Amino acid sequence: MAGVNGSFWQRLLGIDRRWIFVLIGLGTIIPLLRPINLPVAASPRVRAAYAAIEAVPEGSIILMSLDYEPDIMAELQPMSIAVLRHCFRRNLKPVILTLYPAGPGLIERALEVAGAAEGKQRNTDYVFLGYKSGNQAAILGLGDNIRGLFPRDFWGTSTDSLAIMQKVNAFADFPLLINLSGSAIADYYIRIASSRYHVPMVLGSTAVMATDYYPYLSSGQIQGLIGGMKGAAEYERLVGITGDARRGMDAQSLVHVIIVILVILGNVAAFATGALRGRTGGNS
Amino acid sequence: MQILEIWVASLLTLCVFTFLYRDNPLYRFAEHLFVGVSAGYLLAVQYQNVLRPNVIEKVAGGNLMPLIPAALGLMILGRLAKRTHGLSQWALAFYVGIYSGIAVPSYLQAQIFAQLADAVKPFGAGWAAINSALVLIGFLAVIAYFYFTAPQNRVHKAAARVGIWFLMVAFGASFGYTVMARVSLLIARVQFLLRDWMDFLAPA
Repeated sequence: MAGVNGSFWQRLLGIDRRWIFVLIGLGTIIPLLRPINLPVAASPRVRAAYAAIEAVPEGSIILMSLDYEPDIMAELQPMSIAVLRHCFRRNLKPVILTLYPAGPGLIERALEVAGAAEGKQRNTDYVFLGYKSGNQAAILGLGDNIRGLFPRDFWGTSTDSLAIMQKVNAFADFPLLINLSGSAIADYYIRIASSRYHVPMVLGSTAVMATDYYPYLSSGQIQGLIGGMKGAAEYERLVGITGDARRGMDAQSLVHVIIVILVILGNVAAFATGALRGRTGGNS
Repeated sequence: MQILEIWVASLLTLCVFTFLYRDNPLYRFAEHLFVGVSAGYLLAVQYQNVLRPNVIEKVAGGNLMPLIPAALGLMILGRLAKRTHGLSQWALAFYVGIYSGIAVPSYLQAQIFAQLADAVKPFGAGWAAINSALVLIGFLAVIAYFYFTAPQNRVHKAAARVGIWFLMVAFGASFGYTVMARVSLLIARVQFLLRDWMDFLAPA
């Protein structure tokens, strides 16, 4: 019996990794084709982000920096649409920019979707300033002269001529900054906008980065944190919409279950076959 | 036009996915195309958004100040030849000096002092107190683990061991989130293929 078990576990350890890819692929495709709509509960971090936007008086002009490119749009594009729709519903007027060169096309699309869903028009209900290079230098510039930094908006209109822009020109003019970012740009905003100019800030990040920003939530340097596609799905639920993030949660859950089972099986197989022998005790 | 975009994006996605089976010419074609297109796109964007408005148009308008940073930028290219290598050092020194001046104070303020204050803040009531205690213990234990200046006595060793546990939990949480992020990328691509290309899913 032990021999039979041993050979089973050994075969399991030597399985071609492409079978795992097939399993993950099926775990992704089947729930998308046959959704069961598992419930999505909003975490305190995402609820805090939602509450921070709710706390801004209606009609206020807020600053949004959407800093991502196609490589992480899977997580941040649904988040952008959900947050924009929330802002539009509250009649907030976002001034939007990006510090990523490949960002404008994605943001333009997010604005089209959110604007059409909530009946909002560009330049009247929101301003899209487009891309600015320089990262930290650009963020420092936002501290005192936004119209100087962006003489024209994304579509070429003079920012001096836009009614929304005539009321704001520096961090201090905004009651809230929303940064959706997949990079160290979030750190720069925390250092400069939040810590130096004391602008209340909500952060949305990729899931990979989310744990890095928990300490800032605890210290009050950011008011809320939306992490990855899961965070975006939670935000969609709070706003009451069903976007790509919520639609993807069934697949996300099933793939996680598959991964957890594979990790357990792999560890049991490793112990059963003694594959770990000689590799333990290195640093204990 | 949009149909063509969707077909190109879908076929390139499938080309990249073929790497899961093994390395092959389809994958390499997509990879090289991506590198080339990205480089060309970035070059065009940097010219349109940086060089043209910040240097060319201003100099053409009679403002010669942008020539100074432009010259510093050109000096960086001195690295390409041995004789002019020294020029790049001056430009780099300027850049490092400016960056340090901007970054160091804000880094200290936002990431050292604010985090220190949070780690030792008065404990809240109920579960918040347990949370604060964990933060404080974790903070001290991890500091103990990374303190290498003096030989470790028994207390220091025990604290460092606790620090390792905290680090392992943090790495585990981070790894879990990383797995979630990678799965999210796959889901979005599959959503694109099933909805936009194959029309199997309801429109967004």
